[in-house]
Amino acid sequence: MSEDHDHGHHPQPLTPIEERAQALEELLTAKGIVSHEFIDQVVEAYAHDIGPMNGARVVARAWTDPAYKERLLADGTAAIAELGYGGPEGDHIVVVENTPDVHNVVVCTLCSCYPWPVLGLPPNWYKSPPYRARMVREPRALLAEMGCEVPEGVEIRVWDSSAEIRYLVLPERPAGTEDATEDDLAALVSRDAMIGVGRP
Amino acid sequence: MVARDDEHVDGIHDLGGMQGFGPVETEPDEPVFHERWEGRTYGLAGAALGAGGFNTPMFRHAIERMDPAHYLSSSYYEHWLTAVATLLVEAGIVRGDELGAGFPLSRLATAEDVPPFAPGDGFAVGDRVRVRDVRFGGHTRCPGYVRGRVGTVVRIDPPAPVPELEAHRKERVLEPAYGIRFEATELWGPDADPAAAVHVDLCDRYLEAE
Repeated sequence: MSEDHDHGHHPQPLTPIEERAQALEELLTAKGIVSHEFIDQVVEAYAHDIGPMNGARVVARAWTDPAYKERLLADGTAAIAELGYGGPEGDHIVVVENTPDVHNVVVCTLCSCYPWPVLGLPPNWYKSPPYRARMVREPRALLAEMGCEVPEGVEIRVWDSSAEIRYLVLPERPAGTEDATEDDLAALVSRDAMIGVGRP
Repeated sequence: MVARDDEHVDGIHDLGGMQGFGPVETEPDEPVFHERWEGRTYGLAGAALGAGGFNTPMFRHAIERMDPAHYLSSSYYEHWLTAVATLLVEAGIVRGDELGAGFPLSRLATAEDVPPFAPGDGFAVGDRVRVRDVRFGGHTRCPGYVRGRVGTVVRIDPPAPVPELEAHRKERVLEPAYGIRFEATELWGPDADPAAAVHVDLCDRYLEAE
């Protein structure tokens, strides 16, 4: 990356955190530990190729192919790899299925563990102290606050993904989508539904 | 509040169940990276951790060692930047003065040793287990809110590296690991949601038969 590129983004003076990040990047490139180009590639990958559209394809396949759904629930990691997805934070993915009787939701109370290969990098709210503190203690109230009402009779299962396992929620297929194609269905699936704080 | 031994106070990162936080603020159409430095930090972190031979528990521990006020007042990627810089300085790969003035680093690790552990016979799905009430001031993946609580084994996971040993001794020791279900009423008392449960994945050393 050229100096022009670097500075082109910053007509204003750098903020303290920008200064620190740039200082570390310059130091590590000078020492040959990392290259600007490598960082460019990582940023590009997570900006464009690795995100919730991958998880949406998994969900849409499970909605349309019962044998795939069975494999997905039995071994999430392997079934997700069938669609070509894997990599960091994706070595052990467990898929949990929403039903009329059970609603699943995922949190990481100790940091921000998240299934990167299928959802990309987590949104800020997932990483925020209020979400991490409250979802394990008052899930029904917090879900309602976030626009996802779960009726009293429906069991809520919270998954604190703070060890090796990463979780993906398989939402219920919306009513009235019987004629939709797999592509149509994938377009319906939201990131929030796959975390469990929303519906498709 | 009763003063506690500093070595055994849970880290500020151990947030599960902590009360007093306000609403969760969401952002429609949130970008992957809000500012350019966040993406740069994410990209350099992976390379720097690999080059330094730092494992994930070491990285997480370096985040947990941040000054609590700095931890709570800074964003996710600032945690990453601080932890990566801390590990690099501690390993002598970079010098603090090379980073420039005012680059905050995490605190030194506790001198406390990893609690000793004798493996048991393991558990089966359906077994009732109690989480050992072990207090350790270093890196652990046993959340404070399940300590001393009783749950049920619902899944047997692949053997997993013990976080304490990876973080503190850089030793990768595999141990049985389980998915444990805790009823909300067991965790939070009789007034908790009767139809809610929290699952936590725990390694063998955190558990004893109930």
